[in-house]
Amino acid sequence: MFEISIQLFAVARDLAGCKTVTLTLPEGATVAMLREKLYAQVPALVPLAESMQIAVDQEYAIDETLLTAAQEVALIPPVSGG
Amino acid sequence: MLALIQLIESPIDPAAVLESVAAGEAGAVLLFVGTTRRHTLGRKTASLDYTTYRPMAVKEIEKLASQAAEQWPLLAIAITHRLGHLEVGEASVAIAVSAPHRGEAFTAGQWLIDTLKEQVPIWKKENWVDGQSDWVHPGLTTPNGPPQTGSERVE
Repeated sequence: MFEISIQLFAVARDLAGCKTVTLTLPEGATVAMLREKLYAQVPALVPLAESMQIAVDQEYAIDETLLTAAQEVALIPPVSGG
Repeated sequence: MLALIQLIESPIDPAAVLESVAAGEAGAVLLFVGTTRRHTLGRKTASLDYTTYRPMAVKEIEKLASQAAEQWPLLAIAITHRLGHLEVGEASVAIAVSAPHRGEAFTAGQWLIDTLKEQVPIWKKENWVDGQSDWVHPGLTTPNGPPQTGSERVE
């Protein structure tokens, strides 16, 4: 098992009421497992689930991406810069 | 190729962004400035707040600059995005490119702003004149309303 922190931004930060969420994941966990665990632990984020992307080490990740403890993870809502 | 990327809290100086891409080989220097709009779908905006996931935003903008430089024969690129609190009518983003000919400058500039708006982790919050505030998240489905559409985005 390892702990991993997920950074939250914009509407996700407002709904969760915090800047980061820390999860405990099993070795070999993927982004898909992180999503599942995140929404189970923070139900306030469930309404956003369909629209969120996950970034790992500051790159957009796919559900199959493997995670390790040292990585930087963020939940990315649909962007609106410009 | 020179690429100048800035995420700043202070007002954008479009002339400085333009000047930063000056090149003797250039036949065209293009500047796009995005400004915060007063009305969105008939609703009146008082001000906006921009936030970012900075290290990733810088990386994503660097990727855009590299991809643009591969696709078009650009001489220089400058991309500056404002963050923090903005009043209506202020510049939120400025993109400048220089190129030997105008065609590639126009095409690259259009592609850069369009792709920035789709990929770079920057978010804006509309502070409406009625005192309410909403994050802008195109396509986001929420239990309290229909999905936000592209037309709700502010340039």
